[in-house]
Amino acid sequence: MLARRTAPLPPLHLSRRRFLQGSAAAGVGLLIGFDLPVGRAVALTGGVLAPNAFVRIAPDNTVTIIAKHIEFGQGTYTGLATILAEELDADWSQVHVESAPADATRYNNLLFGPVQGTGGSTAVANSWEQLRKAGAMARAMLVAAAAREWGVPAAEITVERGVLSHARTGRRATFGELASQAATVPPPADVQLKEPKDFKLIGHRLPRLDPGSKTDGSAQFTMDVSLPDMLTALIARPPRFGTKVRTFDASAALQVKGVTDVVQVPAGVAVLARNFWAARKGREALMIAWDESGAEMRGSDELFTAYRVLARQPGTSARREGDPAAALAGAARVVEAVYEFPYLAHATMEPDGCEVWAGSQLQTIDQAVVAHIVGLPPEEVQVHTLLAGGSFGRRGTPNGNEASEAASIAKAIGGRQPVKLVWTREDDITGGLYRPLYVHRLRAGLDSAGRIVGWEHRIVGQSIAKNTPFEPMLVKNGINESSVEGAANLPYDIPNLSVELHTTEVGVPVLFWRSVGSTHTAFATETFLDELAHTAGRDPLALRRALLTHHPRHLGVLELAAQKAGWDVPLPRGRAREIAVHESFNSFVAQVAEVSLGHDGVPQVERVVCAVDCGVAVNPDVIRAQMEGGIGFGLASALWSEITLVQGRVQQSNFHDYRPLRIEAMPQVEVYIVPSAAPPTGVGEPGVPPIAPAVANALFHLTGRRVRHLPLARRTA
Amino acid sequence: MGTLRVNGTSHTVDVDPDTPVLWVLRDDLRLTGTKFGCGVAQCGACTIHIDGQAVRSCVTPVGAVQGREVTTIEGVLGQVAQAVQDAWRRLDVVQCGYCQSGQIMSAIALLSEIPQPSDADINAAMTGNVCRCATYVRIRAAIHEAAKTLGG
Repeated sequence: MLARRTAPLPPLHLSRRRFLQGSAAAGVGLLIGFDLPVGRAVALTGGVLAPNAFVRIAPDNTVTIIAKHIEFGQGTYTGLATILAEELDADWSQVHVESAPADATRYNNLLFGPVQGTGGSTAVANSWEQLRKAGAMARAMLVAAAAREWGVPAAEITVERGVLSHARTGRRATFGELASQAATVPPPADVQLKEPKDFKLIGHRLPRLDPGSKTDGSAQFTMDVSLPDMLTALIARPPRFGTKVRTFDASAALQVKGVTDVVQVPAGVAVLARNFWAARKGREALMIAWDESGAEMRGSDELFTAYRVLARQPGTSARREGDPAAALAGAARVVEAVYEFPYLAHATMEPDGCEVWAGSQLQTIDQAVVAHIVGLPPEEVQVHTLLAGGSFGRRGTPNGNEASEAASIAKAIGGRQPVKLVWTREDDITGGLYRPLYVHRLRAGLDSAGRIVGWEHRIVGQSIAKNTPFEPMLVKNGINESSVEGAANLPYDIPNLSVELHTTEVGVPVLFWRSVGSTHTAFATETFLDELAHTAGRDPLALRRALLTHHPRHLGVLELAAQKAGWDVPLPRGRAREIAVHESFNSFVAQVAEVSLGHDGVPQVERVVCAVDCGVAVNPDVIRAQMEGGIGFGLASALWSEITLVQGRVQQSNFHDYRPLRIEAMPQVEVYIVPSAAPPTGVGEPGVPPIAPAVANALFHLTGRRVRHLPLARRTA
Repeated sequence: MGTLRVNGTSHTVDVDPDTPVLWVLRDDLRLTGTKFGCGVAQCGACTIHIDGQAVRSCVTPVGAVQGREVTTIEGVLGQVAQAVQDAWRRLDVVQCGYCQSGQIMSAIALLSEIPQPSDADINAAMTGNVCRCATYVRIRAAIHEAAKTLGG
């Protein structure tokens, strides 16, 4: 749905420089000046206090927090609301969350620049100071209103759980009772933020705030939206990437009851119908001749072969310390390993879909893309951010793929009716936008005492940022940071070290996938370190300890996970445990996995002990949930999931052959949070990277065999 | 054209008999709590009850449910349903929430049949319900908690 705005947005001046000044410290009661984006108007009709773009307090005593980030299960709404409500001293039961409109001037991700978007586990990290200030500002205005009303000094007023009170006079008022008065108070020039010791909500277990109820079927996801006269569209997509439509015959499709239109769009041929089932039947009845002259014809085997060759040749340097070649040449022993990673689909439970009303992770990019296709200025395209049934990166398409497809269909029927584009599961699994296929080659030298004297790491694979608006931000000196993250910042104290990258060109569309580069770099580095420990005859935990003396936060999670797992307590026969530690998105996670083999030789992960350091733990229960979920998500791809191509054709199509994790394979999970006063960092992704290497390392202990090609289960049994 | 009883109410719908119940619920009756996840009975997001049994509505043609009682997440009632939904909320099981209607419908069917399920019973009853957020730790805990509520 494309709707024109009725009124332009108010101008806004957000100073990034001033924001960053304020965010350097973790909120030790510092005084902060304002540069918060404003709301549409300071006083809305009906006596609503709306001091900035992030909060509204209504006379009915509701506190509405406006979330600039999308909620797709990661608990962002709860996290953002906790931060603001903390400084406001609101009662949790009066807090509601509403999604912000797409608007890069007021709602940009402060870590992305001028883009409103969610990703890279940045929601809480970039909102921390902004929302604390927003809450403190609203609180100060309520206090000033009460002081004026009651004729008492503002400093004597206390605020607790949504109630202002003055001890000496016994006066009390709720936020709602003071909202309209507070709306007339001039906004303060600066505010005092709380000392962490005074936090009442942050660090405590709070019930999640999700829009709508997700336990009675009433929550409305993108797929659930219905507008008058809305048509459902399915696109018949080419069998290989890079294929175009040559000709098509729609006559049989148009015979299907309920089918209204068949139109050619850049992505393929779209069938529009009054309901999904008719659209699906119509799509099956289409006859399409494809032009495969530009198609990607290679398969996974050809790519792995080509990548293995590249991995033996020098690449572009991402990091270099000392002289690794000389160190390896002079080493007592050289260990070498090649690791291989398949393409991976996100397979969100809600397959993709878009009405341009969409579950979008990058709202203002979708807005620009749609505007371009339909020929409107971006500010005249309204993007409604809806609930999304999972993302794991899938809804962060930098080129706004789904929005552009939906807009091209809407345009093809002349904007006659609203259009809901649906991707079926088959479209989703075969449709590309995968975690890229990678090959890693690692070599390390050990001296006669078993110390690591040199480390060479080469990575071969596609760049996720290539040909996207993120390219200038992510690609520096020929290195896409997201291809080498987790490898180029290897924390281990090794004197001679190099990390190199070969960026390949393949016609398979690729995308961010929950924890991005760390999905493969954590596995390669953490299993290779385990290989080195074994070659050197050292305990893998002790070796990591020795190499992490300058990295206290890595060490902190490592020690906590090992201790809680009972590292030194022998396990029953048939069970093995191992450990992995990894930093991603400025959060630190260590996991100890206990693994056994099922009767058919398939690995069964019995127990995972996880330690996380993500700075201030805003919502401990959300952090636990994200670690549990990250472990389960990472375990699916560690053990089973893979997309393979044969002659350019994707071999998987649905959950029967793109295997997800099911309940019987979910281990028991224990999560421990390292107490910290550092600014909070993300938890949506960092739980994923350590699980695959921890499991692979434990499997080696169990079987004596190294599996260096993911997924593990296919090659273990 | 056919008649369908859903959540205690009869509806007449103008659809082909091969149309899956899922799409009649979603597109014709606007009951969108039942979700489309795979279309081939591999994920359980579309789980409903037919005469109290958990069934995948994405592969059940509407022609096959004539004269039978269809219950969806919007209409599921009773002590077991209440205990399950309460446990789900108390433990904050849900993340993205898309699969949870199906998870809850399967859990209600399980507890209606086996009031005190073992972990193995839970695995057997819930293995068809995929959750990509992997909320399985809490799903298991919530089923045990609901069983405790009902047993106590």
